Amino acid sequence: MSKPIVATTSLAGCFGCHMSVLDIDDRILELFELVEFNKSPIDDIKKFTKHCDIGLIEGGCCNSENIHVLKEFREHCRILVSVGECAIMGGLPAMRNGIPIRECFEEAYLNGPTVVANEEGILPNDPELPMLLDRVYPCHEIVKIDYFLPGCPPRADLIWEALVALVTGDEMKLPYEVVKFD
Amino acid sequence: MSQFVRFTIDGTECMSTRGQYLVDAARDNGVYIPTLCNFPGVKPKGGCRICTVRVNGKLMTACTTPVAEGMSIENEIKDINELRKSIIELLFIEGNHFCPACEKSGNCELQALAYRFRMLVPRYPYQFPVRRVDASHPRIIKEQNRCILCKRCIRAITDETGRSIFAYRRRSARVEVVVDPKLGKQLTEELAQKAMDVCPVGSIIVKEKGFHVPIGERKYDTTPIGSDIENMQITKI
Repeated sequence: MSKPIVATTSLAGCFGCHMSVLDIDDRILELFELVEFNKSPIDDIKKFTKHCDIGLIEGGCCNSENIHVLKEFREHCRILVSVGECAIMGGLPAMRNGIPIRECFEEAYLNGPTVVANEEGILPNDPELPMLLDRVYPCHEIVKIDYFLPGCPPRADLIWEALVALVTGDEMKLPYEVVKFD
Repeated sequence: MSQFVRFTIDGTECMSTRGQYLVDAARDNGVYIPTLCNFPGVKPKGGCRICTVRVNGKLMTACTTPVAEGMSIENEIKDINELRKSIIELLFIEGNHFCPACEKSGNCELQALAYRFRMLVPRYPYQFPVRRVDASHPRIIKEQNRCILCKRCIRAITDETGRSIFAYRRRSARVEVVVDPKLGKQLTEELAQKAMDVCPVGSIIVKEKGFHVPIGERKYDTTPIGSDIENMQITKI
C-alpha cells in the first residue's frame, strides 16, 4: 500500500506552526517513513502533483491569494486540518479586524514610525499583488475544515498525535497538557 | 429544624449546612460545579449560567440556589455540559479573545473552562466586535476586547464606604465596564491588584505587569479548572 500523502501551507501565519512540526525532533524520521509530502514548504514542492490525503493549514485568510490557496487545498485534500490559532480564529493578523483597511495601509506605508523612502506617498496597488481582504477570516469560514488543532503554536506532541491518528485511523488522543490556546 | 440537609448530586449522597448555595455545598462534598461570574466572598449574581444544574428536573443556577433537604441535583450530565460548553463558545465569539497575546493566558478562567470542556473551535461565527483599550487610568488597563461583563469587579472592588469603583456604562450591546471617573482615584495599588485577580479574564491588567509566570507553570497549564475540588480529601459524616 502506498503511503498517505500530506500537504502543508502557511497562509496569514508566521511559520511558527511549521516550526512546531520540526519540534517533533527525531520523530521526523518516523514521519517520513509514515507519510509522503506533496505541496509543502517542507520539501519546497510549489504545486500539487497528486491528490493528497491530509492538508495542514497554518494561518488565516488575509488576502485573495490566501483564499485561492485554501480553496486549492480543499480541492486536493481529503482531510483538511486547521493548525494553530491563526487558522482557527485569525490570530494576531485578525487584530486589524476592527480597523478600516485604509487606515491599515496608511499606517504601514505613509504614517507609521518605520516608514522610510516613500516620498510620493504610494500605497502598493500593482495588479500583480494579492488584494487585501476587508478583514482576516478564519479558515473554516471560507471552506469546510475537518479538524482543529489549537495552539500558538500547537504543541509538537499535539501535531504528532493528530497526524499519527489520522494516518493510522486510530482515535485522536488529546491530552490536557497539549491542547492550549497559546 | 436540623442545621444540616441531605441531598444528592448525580446520585451520590451529600450533606451540607442548610442555606448554603449549591456551588458551595457541592464543593464541600468534593463536587465541582463550574462557575465563571461567581467569586468566593462576593454576592452571587447568576449571570453567566455556566453553573446551571438540574434540580428536581428543573434547570437552575447553582450559585444562587440555596440547598434544601432532599434535592436531587444533576451536574455532570452530557446535555448540561453541552449547554455550558455552548455558553463558553458564545463568550469566545462575542469578544476578541486573542489568547496568544493575552497577559492572563494560562491563568484565565474562561480559557480554563474552554480547556475543561474540550473546546477546539467555537461552533458559532466570530463577531470581531470593535472595542477599545482604555488605558486612561494611571494604575490599570481596562481591555474591553476581553471583558465578559461578569460584574465581578463591580461587585468585589469597593471603597471604604462600599461604593463600587467599577461601573457599567451605556446599555444593551454597547454596555461596558469602566472605572467610575469619580471614584477612580481611590483605586489603590493593592485594590488594582485585587481587581486584576478578581477578573476571570484579562480585561483588568495592572500596568507594567504580566507574563511573569513562565508557560508550563501557570495555574491551568497542567491541571484542569476544578480538579483541586475534585481531588479534595472528603471525610464523609
